[in-house]
Amino acid sequence: MSLHISAAPVLEPRTLAEALDLRASHPEAMPLAGGTDVMVYLEGGVIDPPRFLNLWGIAELGGLSRTGDALRIGALVTHTDVVRSPDAQALAPALVEACRTVGAVQIQNRGTIGGNVVNASPAGDTLPVLLALDAEFELHSAARGQRRVPAAQFWQGYRRMDLAPDELLVAVHVPAPSPGDRTFFRKVGTRQAQSISKVVLGARVRLDAATGTVTEARIAYGSVAATPVRCPATEAALIGRRRGDLAAAADTVATEIRPIDDVRSTAEYRLAVAVRVLRGWLAAV
Amino acid sequence: MKIEFTLNERPVRVDVAPMARLLDVLREDLRVTGTKEGCGEGECGACTVLVDGRAVNACLIPAIQLRGAQVQTVEGLARSERLHPIQQAFLEHGGAQCGICTPGFLMAAAELLHREPHPSRAQVREALAGNLCRCTGYQKIVDAVAEALS
Repeated sequence: MSLHISAAPVLEPRTLAEALDLRASHPEAMPLAGGTDVMVYLEGGVIDPPRFLNLWGIAELGGLSRTGDALRIGALVTHTDVVRSPDAQALAPALVEACRTVGAVQIQNRGTIGGNVVNASPAGDTLPVLLALDAEFELHSAARGQRRVPAAQFWQGYRRMDLAPDELLVAVHVPAPSPGDRTFFRKVGTRQAQSISKVVLGARVRLDAATGTVTEARIAYGSVAATPVRCPATEAALIGRRRGDLAAAADTVATEIRPIDDVRSTAEYRLAVAVRVLRGWLAAV
Repeated sequence: MKIEFTLNERPVRVDVAPMARLLDVLREDLRVTGTKEGCGEGECGACTVLVDGRAVNACLIPAIQLRGAQVQTVEGLARSERLHPIQQAFLEHGGAQCGICTPGFLMAAAELLHREPHPSRAQVREALAGNLCRCTGYQKIVDAVAEALS
């Protein structure tokens, strides 16, 4: 039997408009998507909200589609949906890789992209990739309509986001890659499945077709700070470097992240691994 | 709260708290106890069932999300006296030891069979990666599933 049976009532909107109204009138209600984080917190006694807002099944929050030059991933799209989507495979292979490492099949089948984003774990596997791909988050509220926030500005502190109490994340937008883009995802954990990351890397460099030099770079890590973070100094160090001469820029990472010791790893190990996985990829680009 | 869903192809109706776990709805309310509880936090896969054809941890599904769902548990695998091919293979390969993880492994394997009739050994391992066996009998479990699906 469950140790913590919640008797809390659940609000059941049928449409996005209803959900936004309820979000505004009941800011204390915890939104519930696939439940793979919420149910764990509930069972562990970590949360005890007075009510829930069930979003599962709201059609406007689902759907994965290619619109023009971007991928639109509804907040309720599961990791499995991303993995199996030909559009995601074509436009965002690094995101597909990341989704394949979230928990295992049972979690991927139920856990959602939107849930991963707003759970805002520093160790969230998809988050560094969303940073590397310049993803944007589409947020809606009943009072103010919709707005878009770049991933780079969304996570502001430990589990703190640019998300108002009356807002819901509706979709994640991922721009299509340019022909010169090379992307990478790497998770380092105790095992491939079911492990929370020691270090996660999402990276992208854009190479000039004629010269092979880097014109744009995004280097983002998870599990090394209170939020998923980009490494602007490393990105700057990559600009103008030529393919074949990129790897040394990875050392800059050591100057701009300060991971900590915790139950999963040590600061020393994390820092060494963060540099090495990036260097290894840059050498192979 | 009254919730109706389909369990092993039969309609069921329960009166439970909306946040009750599917695991408890099955075991305590419906007394269908083939699904086991291991960790209760989505790590071990012992409570794996299929919801709308997908393998999920029953400890992580609130009852409110079951309305109209098709739920399949280990009780739904065998047809009268005839074991499901994966069950038969577990029997022949010694895939079950203490047994508490077995229903979860069977259901994870059943999902794989639905989507990938002839999986590679690597695909079998990936499909079963969310299931833990405290007896560490993984080799024979992988053998059983690979054989059943070959």
